[in-house]
Amino acid sequence: MESSRRNFMKIGGACALGLGALPIVKAYAKNEKPQVAPDSKALVATKWAMVIDMKKCWEKGKPGCKDCLLACHSVHNVPEIKTIKEEIKWIWNEQYEHAFPGQENHFLPEEIRQKPFIVLCNHCTNPPCVRVCPTKATFKRKDGITMMDYHRCIGCRYCMAGCPYGARSFNFRDPRPYIQTELNMTYPTRERGVVEKCSFCDERLAVGLLPACVEACKCGALCFGDIEDPNSEVRKLLASRFTIRRKPELGTQPSVYYIV
Amino acid sequence: MKIYNAKPILIGLAIFIGLATFPLWFNMGKAAPPPDPKLDTPVIQRMAVKQCIMPKDQMRTEHMQLLNDWRTEVVRNNNRIYTASDGKQYNMSLQNECMNCHSNKSQFCDQCHIYAGLQADATPYCWTCHIAPKENK
Repeated sequence: MESSRRNFMKIGGACALGLGALPIVKAYAKNEKPQVAPDSKALVATKWAMVIDMKKCWEKGKPGCKDCLLACHSVHNVPEIKTIKEEIKWIWNEQYEHAFPGQENHFLPEEIRQKPFIVLCNHCTNPPCVRVCPTKATFKRKDGITMMDYHRCIGCRYCMAGCPYGARSFNFRDPRPYIQTELNMTYPTRERGVVEKCSFCDERLAVGLLPACVEACKCGALCFGDIEDPNSEVRKLLASRFTIRRKPELGTQPSVYYIV
Repeated sequence: MKIYNAKPILIGLAIFIGLATFPLWFNMGKAAPPPDPKLDTPVIQRMAVKQCIMPKDQMRTEHMQLLNDWRTEVVRNNNRIYTASDGKQYNMSLQNECMNCHSNKSQFCDQCHIYAGLQADATPYCWTCHIAPKENK
């Protein structure tokens, strides 16, 4: 087949044009996908944080008050297993020397040494649990929440080894028979073989509610808000009161602050 | 042609065929009834237009993909509202949205899942965590 140089150039040009038009054709051919969006009622923040005023908790709360712990554990269908090895906890009480090791001394006020501190997942800015998770079942959300995807958890417990705060619990057995509170039918339970922890109530934030523990505290000892917003309650507390965090020397940058 | 030791061989062969075809004749006439998912829940009966989020045939073949996508959107991207092609909005939740209408798990989900050989709480293991609605049986 004979072809002139001119014809060859024409065909070549047409082909180049055709290839160039491909992205445009693709853009037009794309059918519109059904939209997914967050709830319009959802609470949003650049970075969620919590300030726990232990002074207020001890002074205003009735002795032995566990409202926040009970609220959390009943909302999230957390089982009550008595053995220390198998217990499941999202938010619990801890003594000062265990919550803040390295910051204790022999002469601390009796109150600090004896009274219970409320501890939960710190939703660290630099979370070791996320680094070690081999399946990305636990991951960092854009708004600072360290989330768990239970669907994806294979139960290897690396995250539990990684977490310096003991904020993660493993389901050694089916938790359902051990749920003492009335079952919350709108929230799932967990199954045997997954690790669970506090999620800063992501499911409640998504519909415009504050975390269950914050809502349950009658003396306002728990304050929750956007730490990147200079006008938020948490920022005002952090600016006006001296606060400490758990194990700051590890560089995990916890998002839970304590007023003691 | 002569078969050596014909008697034991033929007996053995008969026993073998009998055993190998055991599942066939043992289950003869006991065909599992075809699945019959029921839609007669109170919520569905009250609906003016009985329409799921996608057409029925699409739901039948694609619900697992849809649930998978919803899971990813909700858990990982924090998107919880799904706008269907007809503009209706749904809360992307198996436990709180799907099962709100299909409150009859044993008459709906289980019908096909068991027929297809998926054990009730093995594959798909939705219900080891998600709480199925209480049914009046």
